[in-house]
Amino acid sequence: MSESAFEVKTLQIDGQEVSARRGQTILEVAQENDISIPTLCHLEGLSDIGACRLCLVEIAGSNKLLPACVATVSEGMVVSTNTERLQKHRKTILELLMAERNHICSVCVANGHCGLQSLVQEQGVTHVRLPYRNPQLGMDASHERFTLDRNRCILCTRCVRVCAEIEGAHIWDVMGRGINSNIISDLNQEWGSSACTRCGKCVQVCPTGALYDKGKIGSDHPKYPESLPYLNLMREAQ
Amino acid sequence: MSKLKLATVWLDGCSGCHMSFLDMDERLLELAELVDVVYSPIVDTKEFPDQVDITLVEGAVASVDDEKKIKKIRAHSKLLIAMGDCAITGNVPSMRNPIGPEVILDRAYIENATAQQQIPCVVVPKLLKVVRPVHEFVKVDVYLPGCPPSADTFHTALTALITGEPLDIPALTRFGA
Repeated sequence: MSESAFEVKTLQIDGQEVSARRGQTILEVAQENDISIPTLCHLEGLSDIGACRLCLVEIAGSNKLLPACVATVSEGMVVSTNTERLQKHRKTILELLMAERNHICSVCVANGHCGLQSLVQEQGVTHVRLPYRNPQLGMDASHERFTLDRNRCILCTRCVRVCAEIEGAHIWDVMGRGINSNIISDLNQEWGSSACTRCGKCVQVCPTGALYDKGKIGSDHPKYPESLPYLNLMREAQ
Repeated sequence: MSKLKLATVWLDGCSGCHMSFLDMDERLLELAELVDVVYSPIVDTKEFPDQVDITLVEGAVASVDDEKKIKKIRAHSKLLIAMGDCAITGNVPSMRNPIGPEVILDRAYIENATAQQQIPCVVVPKLLKVVRPVHEFVKVDVYLPGCPPSADTFHTALTALITGEPLDIPALTRFGA
């Protein structure tokens, strides 16, 4: 029984005693106990990859910060989710994201509905201390219904995962390395002539204005990523 | 207590922040009890005064003239507030950064001009290669994001700064607000 999935672990998150099942992530357990940890690349219904590093937490006895979305619980773990050190790192991560590409909130379709923008506000970032890179990045407006604006992409890969894991088409992927990474469709072909099924899930899960519906104008573009767990549930039931 | 001296400055922005400032409406009268507006696009002072207590800066730094101005303004201001997204991030004026100023000038003065096609070289200040936020040139004391910050944001923030009350800016406003 000791290795069963039902084995219970007890641990502490922010001073609160909590219990968890073996194999659960710190993020899952925190959310079950109404302890909020900021996330950006995580989305319920998709696999987790720990890309954005916003959910980093501290574990007592370790110098290493762990991404709560992929780090699993262990017996007696003492987790802190909101220390000064973590706040400092989170702010810096957000500033790096803002400086990396061309994020101009005031003219963005996602203004007011953006995961990056709201985290920036929530974490108290009022300015970016790093110089803006202002890279010259292309857009792909070849698709009949949607547009990809790479200037607003934060490479969270939610689009890649939803297309591969839920839609099963896997037309999105990441090309290049480090600062030269970019989201591409098929083998770096235009989105419009790719094998896209036009389901639009990538648009719904994109936390920023990088993927948007051509039918939406101005900043009127709320997205509805919460349908994914439901889709998964229905498929499992079949 | 003598009144505080308040200045507002307009660099590379659309003047929307100033419009929003004026949207404080009757609360401006309340504010006028506490401060004297000594320099602003809306008053007729030509030279930036020697000693200003609070200066609100709208707009990004986009030309050699902006750069000269902001350095002078900083030297003569006790408290410098970056007002709105252009001053804080570069915002819309910075959208030319990936392509550079030459392309923009060409489009405006050559491609789209029907007469006298030439890029101005006198009177109009030279553009900087990249548009940058105010804090990349001088120290900024307070950041008030928004495009523009709302009149309520202005009122709450200025009242707090004048009276020395605590001020929680992210609770009031955000980029693009």
